[in-house]
Amino acid sequence: MTDVMDRPALRVVGERPIRPDGVDKVTGRAQFGADFNLPGMLVGKIKRSPHAHAKIVSIDTRKAKALAGVKAVVTAADFPDLASEEVEAGEAAGNLRDLSMNCMARDKALYEGHAVAAVAATSAAVADEALALIEVVYEVLPHVIDVEAAMAPDAPVLHEGLFTKGVEPKPTAPSNIAAVNKLGRGDLAEGFAQADVIVEARYTTKAVHQGYIEPHACIAQYGQDGQCLVWCSSQGQFMVRTYCAKILDLEAADIRVIPSEIGGGFGGKTTVYLEPLAIALSRQSGFPVKMVMTRDEVFRATGPTSGAVVEVKLGAKRDGTITAADVVLKYQAGAFPGSPVGAGSMTALACYDIANAAITGYDVVTNSPKVAAYRAPGAPISAFGMESAVDELARKLGMDPIAIREKNGVVSGVKAVYGPTLRDIAYKDTLEAIKSHPHYSIPLGPNQGRGLAAGFWFNIGGESTAAVRINDDGSAVVATGNPDIGGSRASMAMMAAEVLGLPIDQVRPVVADTASIGFSMLTGGSRVTFATGMAVVEAAKKVVEDLKQRAAQMWEVPADKVAWENGAAVCLDPEKPAAKPLSIAAIAARAGRTGGPITAEVGLNAQGAGPGFAVHLCDVEIDPETGHVTVLRYTAAQDVGKAIHPSYVEGQIQGGVAQGVGWALNEEYIFDAEGRMENPGFLDYRVPVASDLPMIDAILVETAPNPRHPFGAKGVGEVPIVPPLAAVANAVRDALGLRLTDLPLSPPRIRAALDARAK
Amino acid sequence: MVIAGSNGREFTGGLSEFDVGATTVRRLILELDDRYPGFGDYIERRMAIAIDGEIHQDSYGAELGPDSEVYLIPKIGGG
Amino acid sequence: MSKQHVTTTVNGDPTEFLAAPGTTLLDALRDELGLTGAKEGCGSGDCGACSVVVDGRLVCSCLMLAPEAEGRRIETIEGMAQGGRLHPLQQKFLEHAALQCGFCTPGFLVAAKALLERNPDPDETEIRYWLAGNLCRCTGYDKIVRAVMDAAAEMRQVRRAS
Repeated sequence: MTDVMDRPALRVVGERPIRPDGVDKVTGRAQFGADFNLPGMLVGKIKRSPHAHAKIVSIDTRKAKALAGVKAVVTAADFPDLASEEVEAGEAAGNLRDLSMNCMARDKALYEGHAVAAVAATSAAVADEALALIEVVYEVLPHVIDVEAAMAPDAPVLHEGLFTKGVEPKPTAPSNIAAVNKLGRGDLAEGFAQADVIVEARYTTKAVHQGYIEPHACIAQYGQDGQCLVWCSSQGQFMVRTYCAKILDLEAADIRVIPSEIGGGFGGKTTVYLEPLAIALSRQSGFPVKMVMTRDEVFRATGPTSGAVVEVKLGAKRDGTITAADVVLKYQAGAFPGSPVGAGSMTALACYDIANAAITGYDVVTNSPKVAAYRAPGAPISAFGMESAVDELARKLGMDPIAIREKNGVVSGVKAVYGPTLRDIAYKDTLEAIKSHPHYSIPLGPNQGRGLAAGFWFNIGGESTAAVRINDDGSAVVATGNPDIGGSRASMAMMAAEVLGLPIDQVRPVVADTASIGFSMLTGGSRVTFATGMAVVEAAKKVVEDLKQRAAQMWEVPADKVAWENGAAVCLDPEKPAAKPLSIAAIAARAGRTGGPITAEVGLNAQGAGPGFAVHLCDVEIDPETGHVTVLRYTAAQDVGKAIHPSYVEGQIQGGVAQGVGWALNEEYIFDAEGRMENPGFLDYRVPVASDLPMIDAILVETAPNPRHPFGAKGVGEVPIVPPLAAVANAVRDALGLRLTDLPLSPPRIRAALDARAK
Repeated sequence: MVIAGSNGREFTGGLSEFDVGATTVRRLILELDDRYPGFGDYIERRMAIAIDGEIHQDSYGAELGPDSEVYLIPKIGGG
Repeated sequence: MSKQHVTTTVNGDPTEFLAAPGTTLLDALRDELGLTGAKEGCGSGDCGACSVVVDGRLVCSCLMLAPEAEGRRIETIEGMAQGGRLHPLQQKFLEHAALQCGFCTPGFLVAAKALLERNPDPDETEIRYWLAGNLCRCTGYDKIVRAVMDAAAEMRQVRRAS
C-alpha cells in the first residue's frame, strides 16, 4: 500500500479544507436525532425506578392503558426473556441478556433511573399522565455504589447468579466482583528488592459522564408487514440494528436503521437504550413512536464511566530506572458486569519499559447506571494513578518529569508490559516535542504549578465498508457506514479525492443507512479515519483501475498502457501520440458505452491499527481563598501518525483535554444516602465552559506514520483524554506543595486540604 | 505463543506459553481448540491476536511465521 | 388545555402559531414552526443549545414560554445567513473548524452574534465569559474562540471600509 504514501506530494491530505457538511451545521439545517418527525407520530416516555436497588413485585398498567390517548404500554413482559449470551455487534462483545435488562428492568431495578415500563401516547402530556398511572410495587433492597463497599463480603449482592471469574478455586457464593484479571511479567519481589526508592499511594476517581450535548433520541416505525424503520442518533447504525434484532428477536433484514447526525457520543452512544423500546411501542400501537431523553434521564440512566480506586506502588534505582510496578485497579461496572478495567490494566504501564510488573484488575457491579464506553475506556483512570505516582517518584529522586519518562519510556522494538512488541511508535518524539516547547520553561508565579503526564491508547481497526461512485459529470460520491461524529466526512472525502485526483469539492461524502452500504463497525475506538479510511482508499483505487480500463477502451490500447496522473488517464502507448489525457469527466461521459456505471464498494477488516501516545503539560493557579483551580496554560503533544485534516486532529486533542480537565477538576456523580443521583443536570454536574479553559496548544507529532494505512494515519480521538487527569493533578501538586489523590480536585477538596495543612 | 494476562488461562490449566505449528490465525485457533476444548471459541469472542506487535482483531488469514511473536490479548473496544 | 394563538415576528417575517400555555418557545419553534436549528440539550437553561434572540436580547428558548413571544421579534439560527451568503461568524466557524459534532453550533453562533452586536472588539476573556452559557463537549472551545475573534476582526474591517 505504500504506492500512495510514496507520492512526492499530497494535494489534499494534510490540507485544511472546509468540511463538506459544514454549511448544514452552521445554518441549523443538519438533522440530529430529535429533529425528525413523522405523520401520526406518538410520543414515547419511560417510567423509571426511584430506587437504587429494588425487587419489582408487580407492575399494573391497566389504568395507564385505559387512559384516552394512550396507544401502547410495555414492560419487560413484552420483551423475550433472553438467555445469557455474548453478542458481537462489531465491537467488544456484550452480554445480550444484560443489554436487554438494562433497557428494561426484569424482576429487579438495579439503579435509580432503571427503566421499568414505557408508554406511547398522542402527546407528551398524555404520556406523562400515563406514566403516573402505572402502579409499580417495589420491595426496596439495600444498595451499594462505592466500588470497595461493593467488593466487601457482606455487601448487598446485585446478581444472585454472578460468581467471580478468574479466581481459583471457583467461588461458591455470588459476589459483586464479576471478574479479576491479572497481567504482568518478571518478579515483583525481585524488582522491589533492586529499588533504592519506593513510592506507594492510593488514588480514587468518581464516575463521570460523557456529557454529549445531544440527549439520546430516536423514532421507530414498525409496519404491519413486520418491516421496521429506525431513525436515531448513535455511533453505529449497524450496532443499533444488531442489538434491536437480538433484543426483540427480529430479523436484521426487517430492520433498517437510518443514522441522523450525532450530537456527540464519546463512547456513550455505542449501545442502545431507547430504540428497542420505541420499536416495541410502535409494534404494539401501529404508529411511529418518537422518544427523546431529558438531560435528567441521560445522567441517571445512560453510561457514565467507572468510579475507581487505583493503588500504585513503584520502585526505582537512584538513576531513575523503574525496577518494579504493582498496580491494583478496582472499577465500578454499574448494574451489569463490564467495566473497562481490562483496557485500564493493559494501558496502565504501556508508556514504560518495566521489567517487573503486576497489574490486578477488578470488575465490580454496583447500583449505578451500567457504565458505557467513554473515550479510551478505562485508560484515563489507570493513567491518573500511574502518572501521579511517576510524578511523586521523580520528585523523590530529584528528577525532571520528562527525564524520568525518557529514562523508562518505550520505543519501537520494546515489548510492552501488556505483551507484544511495540512498533512504529513516536513516544520519545512526543516527549521531546513538549521539552522543546516554550511552555516548558515559562517561569511560574506564586500559587502556580506545572504538571506533566503521558498517556497511551491502542486504537482499533476492524470492519468497514465504503463505496465510491462516479457521477455522470465526473464528480464522485463516497458512502460509508460510519456516523460522522467529529468531521470524518471531511477526511473520507479528502482521502478519496487524493486517490482519484479530484478537487475536494467534487467529492461528496455521505453516511449511508444499514440497507444502503455494507456492514461497518461503529464509530469508536478511534477507528474511522484509519479503518473506514482504508476502505475508502481501496474503493477509490478500484475506481481508478476501472477508469483506466475505460480509457483503454476509448483509446483502443491495452489497459497496462494507461497511467493515472492528476485525476486523468494518460496514454502510455507510443503508437498513440495524439491521445490526450482523459479526465474523469470525459471518461464518465462515456461510462454507458464502456461498461456501465463506474462504482466500487469495498468491505474490509482493517488490521494493525497503530497505538497512539500523548504527553500533556498543564499550568494551574490556585486561589487559596476559594480553592478554585484555574488552568493557565495547556500544551498537548500527540503521536498521530499522519494527520489527514490537521484542524480536526487538533480539535480532537483540544476536546479530549477539555473533557479530561473537567474529570480532574469538577465532574462527578454525587449520590444521596438512598443511592439517588443528586446532580443530574449541567448546573450541578459541572462540565468545563469556555471561561474555564485557556487556549489549548496541540502539537501533532508525525514522525512515525502508520505503515498499515495508505497515508500513515493513526487513531487520534481517544489518546488525548488519557493524560489530563494526572497532568492537572500533578500541576495542583506542584502549586500546593502537597499531593491530593482523590478526584475531582474541586474547590471544597482543595480548601479542605489547605485547612488541614494549616492546622 | 503467549497469553498475556490471566484471561483465558482457565482453559489451559493456567499455562500461558505454548509452541504452536500453525501458519495462520485460523490454524492457530483450531490447534488451540483441539488442545483445550472451548478455548478456540473463547479466543474468537474475547481475544485479539498480536503478531509481531501488530494487533489483529479477528482475521483468520493473517500469517504466522516460524519466528513470529504471537500474543493473545483481550480484545480492545473503544469509545 | 386549549392552545393560545401567538402572533410574532420570526427572522423578520410575521408569524403565527398555536401553543398550549405551558409550551416553551423552544418547543414552539421546533414543533409548531419546524425551526429545528435551536436544540434542546438540557431544558434547564444550562447548555445554551437553544439560544435565540428575542427583541435584541439573548435568551435560552427552553426557559421562555411560547405565549410570551406575543408581539416580539425572534431571531434564530435559521435567519443568520442572508440569502445565499453566510454570516461572517458562520464562515469563520467553518474555516477554523470550530465545530465537531455541530449540535451546539447554532447556539454558539446566535450567542456570538449577540456579543458582536454589543461589542465589536471583544478580547479573548470577554468572548470566553460571554460564551460561558453555551456548552460544547467536543472542541475544548479553542477554535470557537478563535473563530469569533477572527469574525469580529473581519466585521470591523468591513465596517471601516464601508
